[in-house]
Order: sequence, then C-alpha cells, then structure tokens
Amino acid sequence: MKLNERSLAFYATCDSPADNTGFLYKRGERHTAYHRRWFVLKGNMLFYFEERESREPVGVIVLEGCNVELCDSAENFAFAIRFSGAKCRTYVLAAESQAAMESWVKSLSRASFDYLRLVVRELEKQLEEVRWGPSGGYGGCQGPSGSWKLKSSVLEQSRERLLALPTVLPKENSCAVWNNTPGVCQPPNTSGCNECDDEGNPRPPPLPPRRRASSSEVGSSRASGAESLSTFCHLHEQYGQEVAQLRQNWLERKRGPQP
Amino acid sequence: MRYNERELLSLARQPAEKAAEILMRVPKKGSVLKKRLVKLVVNFLFYFRTDEAEPIGALLLEHCRITKEEENVFSISFVEEPERKYCFECASEEQCQEWVEALKRASYEFMRRSLIFYRNEIQKMTGK
Repeated sequence: MKLNERSLAFYATCDSPADNTGFLYKRGERHTAYHRRWFVLKGNMLFYFEERESREPVGVIVLEGCNVELCDSAENFAFAIRFSGAKCRTYVLAAESQAAMESWVKSLSRASFDYLRLVVRELEKQLEEVRWGPSGGYGGCQGPSGSWKLKSSVLEQSRERLLALPTVLPKENSCAVWNNTPGVCQPPNTSGCNECDDEGNPRPPPLPPRRRASSSEVGSSRASGAESLSTFCHLHEQYGQEVAQLRQNWLERKRGPQP
Repeated sequence: MRYNERELLSLARQPAEKAAEILMRVPKKGSVLKKRLVKLVVNFLFYFRTDEAEPIGALLLEHCRITKEEENVFSISFVEEPERKYCFECASEEQCQEWVEALKRASYEFMRRSLIFYRNEIQKMTGK
C-alpha cells in the first residue's frame, strides 16, 4: 500500500509542535536487540529517527486501535504498544528513566484520533449544557404540544439565524469561518489549508458533522424532565437573552483576539 | 520509511466517516482519472480499486490543503509541495462540497483546535 511518504517525512521534521520527544530503546521485530532511537510523537503518529538530527524518520507507528501497557522485560522502564487483531505486532519500547517511561505511556495512551474525538464530543455536549441548561433546568416545557413545538422552532430559528450570519473573510485576516449551514459556499479566498490561519490563531470549527442532522433532536431531548414555563412571554424573553449572548460571543470571535 | 502496514490495513477496514466512489487522479506524470472507492477514516484517506478489499494507497491528512477546483472537482495537496495535487472529480457539486468540508475537518490538528475552542467556550461561560 502506498503512503504519502514525502509528506509524512515533512510532517515529522517540520517545526510544528510535538506531543512528546525523546530517546527510547526499541526492540527489533525479528532480532530482539534493542536499538536506541529518537522518537517524536505528533498527533497519532509516532515517528522514530536513527539520530536526533536525522533528516528523515526510519519509520512511523500509526497509533490507532492500540493499547499501551507496562510490560515484563529484562529491560528497565519497558512498556509496550499492543495492537489488537490477528498477526498484529506489539512494539516493545524502553525509556531511560521512570519519569520518561510514565510520560511516554501517558502521552501514547491519549494519542489516538479516536480518543481525541471522544473528548471533543464530550466537551461539545458540556458546552451545550452550559449554554442551554441541563435537562433538569429551565430548558424544557411540559405544556401542551403546541407550546412545545413553538419552543423547539424558536430554538431552531435562533440557531439558524446565528449560523447564517455573514462570515465574509477579509483577505489577509485571521478571522475564522464558522458556518455550519449546509450548501453555503465558502468565500473564494478562504484558505483550504487545514493549518491555522495566517496569524496562527485557532479557527473555531464548525460543529462536528452529527450535529447537523440532529439539531432538532437536540431540541427535543431537552424537553424531557424539564420544569414548565408558564407563559410565552417568559419563553420569548429567555431565548431572546440567550440569542443576544450568543450573538455577542460570535461578534467577539469575529473581531478575533487582539494581538 | 517503515510503517505498521498491517495495522493501517486494519484501519482501512474500519467504519468510515465518509466513503464514496469518486474519480481520482494522482500527481504522477501521465496519470488519468480513475474510478476509486475513497474512504475517510480518522485522519487518513484510503483509496481502493472498486473491486478490491485492500487499498492501493493512503493519504495522511495533516498539513494539507483542500482546494475546490472547477465544477465537481476538488484537490488535495501538501504544504511542502503545493503543486503536486491529488484530484477528485465527484458526481455532483453537492457531493464535492460535502467532501471538501469533511476533509478540511479531518486532520488531527483540526480536532485539537476544536478541543481548545470548546474548552475556551466553556470557560468563558462558566468561569471554570
């Protein structure tokens, strides 16, 4: 199977920050001798070089679907990266100190894309709760189905209004594109680059994919177990305030952090 | 460069974020558009011949640029060689836009920025 090796090598050696670096002993696959290698962890890719100054990695271990565990070995401070599945390999590595071993086991355990995605989704859920209230709070309505429909459509509309606010990017600016509305074209000068914008500021991302299809479900789920709100006026005011706050946040983000 | 091919092949068999049959052209002299099964799994884009179980290749989607080209077409290139483009011709403009959006969000670095973003937002709203 081909891999974009040149790009991989560039990614390994460029000055983007690494999640961990250091010397580790790596046990060979066929011969059980350990070789000392310079390791660089970036995201879910664990690169290893012959020397610290080497221009190109000897190899890379893709860290998806693996477990990191301590292991019995004649070698001190040894740990293993174990892949599940038939015929899959276990990489045995050894650090030069207890502290280094612990640091590597920690960073390797959290390195997978899958894991990061889980964490992000959890935070996204928490943010929703903070914004709209947990299901036990004011967010729901047990009135007749008519008022419930009203509430969820108010939610929908305010969300759509927010998302539809213009996001034209000034050409050389660091302002983020945060537009979750399907079918809306990006302005032509949007950088297609996955990297940070020109000033190195993080781009607030669009909500993760599953949110799009289920935004109405999200509204529905908030109905359960909530206190009832007595009047339409109360509801109207409540949502109006939240929309105003969100819009304020959006405007602040659009201005971008001041240098 | 050595890499753990078996594990990567196993990853290629995992459920995909997105998969479709798309015409693809690699940045090699004289190459033409060919129908491929293209599959996005974590930050890798695997591409298969449509009748084969094992991918022909994989692209790690880090430090890359996703560009909308002409109608139905987008390309992937890498920052150190921006002229070397992998081209994809979709069945429709809508499909093209969907893939562009999905690929822009597919990198580990993007996920990491999402994390920072959500953390900041939560902190702003709760002071924690």
